[in-house]
Amino acid sequence: MNCETTKSQCCCGEETDQQKYDKIAEIIDQYKNREGSLIQVLHVAQTVYGYLPMELLKFIAKRMDIPLSEVSGVSTFYPVFSMQPRGKHTIKVCMGTACYVRGGKKLVDRLENLLGIQVGETSEDRKYNLEVVRCLGACGLAPAMMIDETIYKQVKPDKLNSILAKY
Amino acid sequence: MINLSINNKLVSVPEGSTILEAAKHNKIDIPNLCNLDGVHKFGSCRLCVVEVEGDKNLQASCMVQVRDGMVVHTNTDKVRKVRKNLFELMLSNHPQDCLKCQRSLSCELQNMGKRLGVTEARYTGQTSGGIVDISPAISRDMVKCILCRRCITACNDIQKVGILNAQNSGFKTVVGTALDLPINTVNCTFCGQCVAVCPVGALKETDAIQNVWGAISDKCKRVVVQVDPAVRAAIGEEFGYEPGTQVTAQLIAALREVGFDVVFDTNFAADLTVIEASSEFLTRMKYSLGGMETPLPMMSSCSPAWIKYVEHTYPEKLGHLSTCKSPHTMLGALAKSYYAEILKVEPKNMAVVSIMPCTAKKFEISRPEMTNNGLANVDAVLTTREIARMMQEAGVDLRKVGKSQFDQPFELSSGAAELFGLSGGVMEATLRTVHEMVTGRELAIDKLHAAPLEECDQVKDVELRFDDPLEAYQYMAGITIKVAVASGLRGAGFLMDQITKQESPYSFIEVMGCPGGCISGGGQPRPATSETLQKRLQAIYLEDEVKPFRKAHQNEGVTKLYKEFLKEPNGRRAQDLLHTQYTKRGKFNEYLCD
Repeated sequence: MNCETTKSQCCCGEETDQQKYDKIAEIIDQYKNREGSLIQVLHVAQTVYGYLPMELLKFIAKRMDIPLSEVSGVSTFYPVFSMQPRGKHTIKVCMGTACYVRGGKKLVDRLENLLGIQVGETSEDRKYNLEVVRCLGACGLAPAMMIDETIYKQVKPDKLNSILAKY
Repeated sequence: MINLSINNKLVSVPEGSTILEAAKHNKIDIPNLCNLDGVHKFGSCRLCVVEVEGDKNLQASCMVQVRDGMVVHTNTDKVRKVRKNLFELMLSNHPQDCLKCQRSLSCELQNMGKRLGVTEARYTGQTSGGIVDISPAISRDMVKCILCRRCITACNDIQKVGILNAQNSGFKTVVGTALDLPINTVNCTFCGQCVAVCPVGALKETDAIQNVWGAISDKCKRVVVQVDPAVRAAIGEEFGYEPGTQVTAQLIAALREVGFDVVFDTNFAADLTVIEASSEFLTRMKYSLGGMETPLPMMSSCSPAWIKYVEHTYPEKLGHLSTCKSPHTMLGALAKSYYAEILKVEPKNMAVVSIMPCTAKKFEISRPEMTNNGLANVDAVLTTREIARMMQEAGVDLRKVGKSQFDQPFELSSGAAELFGLSGGVMEATLRTVHEMVTGRELAIDKLHAAPLEECDQVKDVELRFDDPLEAYQYMAGITIKVAVASGLRGAGFLMDQITKQESPYSFIEVMGCPGGCISGGGQPRPATSETLQKRLQAIYLEDEVKPFRKAHQNEGVTKLYKEFLKEPNGRRAQDLLHTQYTKRGKFNEYLCD
């Protein structure tokens, strides 16, 4: 059983863990006892901490006085929540019908190869998350993909290296 | 009242009833696999669908409330066809290995297929789940889970412990602990209420049968078995008896047929527990009234699920727990000391088996504290269901065996001890003795009808005044104590929160981990409807009333044990054999790490 308490890990001007936990605690106290507020708390916690490690889930369960299995149940229900550290950038490859037909799958294969990870994972250098989405609503640009908020149209696998180089 | 028609029959039911409840009330049975009377929350199985005139879609009758003028049909072509289809979809994600499933013939899913007239399984595909999680008390085989979520309701709403919840989503949904941690590593109390409501073979007690057969086959071992009172009120159900049929004498005979060498009555140790706990309670009262800091209220310690609950949830309050071991571990300790001496048998050549209505006791015996001289007090715990299975395996039919009696020296017990099988029993048994110890007078038994609290349905309380005490107990003169009884861990939590806020008005609290006490324990025959539980309860009350003596301190066997062996209550030998200590765990087991 992991019994690590929240340690301060200060690095180069970033918020320490303690500061992040304090911030999350403040939000919990605001939302506590409000029906259905767990999702909001998890959103804020993930934004502040980057992801939702077990220790943070325990912290939330304890502070909100609800079972850990409920916190973990909600966190694992919504794909938006991640229990693993997230990368700095999120790559979303469209696998909607149009993009799939025009080679979306090949983009995924190549990206998995380039980054050395599977869909849903984070690259070892914590630079990228790789995700698949069903439709970006940009079928005319197929195959399309997004990195953070930027859309790339008619992407060919061979262009991926130069696209990634921008980040 | 709401008036509606179900199957062309005009019925009138209270407002707020569901269609399912309205139908049940009028003896119309609608099939379902997920309903839990009184606490139903998730309409997940959908088998209870019915036609409601004017509604386009079929309605899940367990979730829809009745309306005035509603016209409901529970048995139409459409309803029957849809139910069969739903059932087949369930089967598509269920291992159909009934022939080697423990739940075979008592499985609600299996019975449902028969009831719905399903003769084929048209859908095949992937099956989900597959986690197998084995703890000392409860085993989970999640590939068999049908996601009815009864266990979630039991764990969260009835017990308010919340170990189990739905994890993940879609096809990957499983009922499990946080992040699927093994159940032995989280704050599960092992009360087994999830097991008691599971309709299929997904949740069960961890099997001890093979170990017990091993001990029985071992020629060098003297195998001692003991039986709890709640088991006797329920085991008949496994052999076709009406619930509440007392079959103690037949059960003893059957246990001998199965191969146990000696059969003891756990109730003997219940009487002993009463003596030890009464003495401990009065000592605490004396210190407290004398101005010394003493943890009060004292809390009963017979229910191992409750103990583990306190260790996890209120680790700072362990001092309130009575240090008495639970009766069966006391008896185990005595079997391997006092009885071994009488027999001139080496304790290591004995095996003690306890037959209990409980899953938590399987964990309890694995505690390092439950040992003396390096030997476990109890070597195996079998649930009521398990001993029934062993009897069936051995070809022993409870209906056909003769009758027998418990063996000396642990054969006698009071009516008070019988009450340990139900909520309020330990309290009543203890107060009968405490009152007589203090005043020298018998306590009128009808004085102890505790009333449920408005704030929490799982808690009852009562007051008791001590007048004209004997010389040695003058400190109790004119003292009125308030005592509380809780059954179910939600009620326990209510009382514990009072203690935490230093607002507890009580001197003594009895808690049983399961709602209603041991009669509805996690190891009892399934399903246990409220009617069944009521009959088990009546059976135990009757046993108390017909006993030749009804107070623990009247047990001559116990008196003899003190005289010959233990010397005095809470004395040195009693402390060594009959008392224990507890472990701080914390909700996340954080105290267990060094």
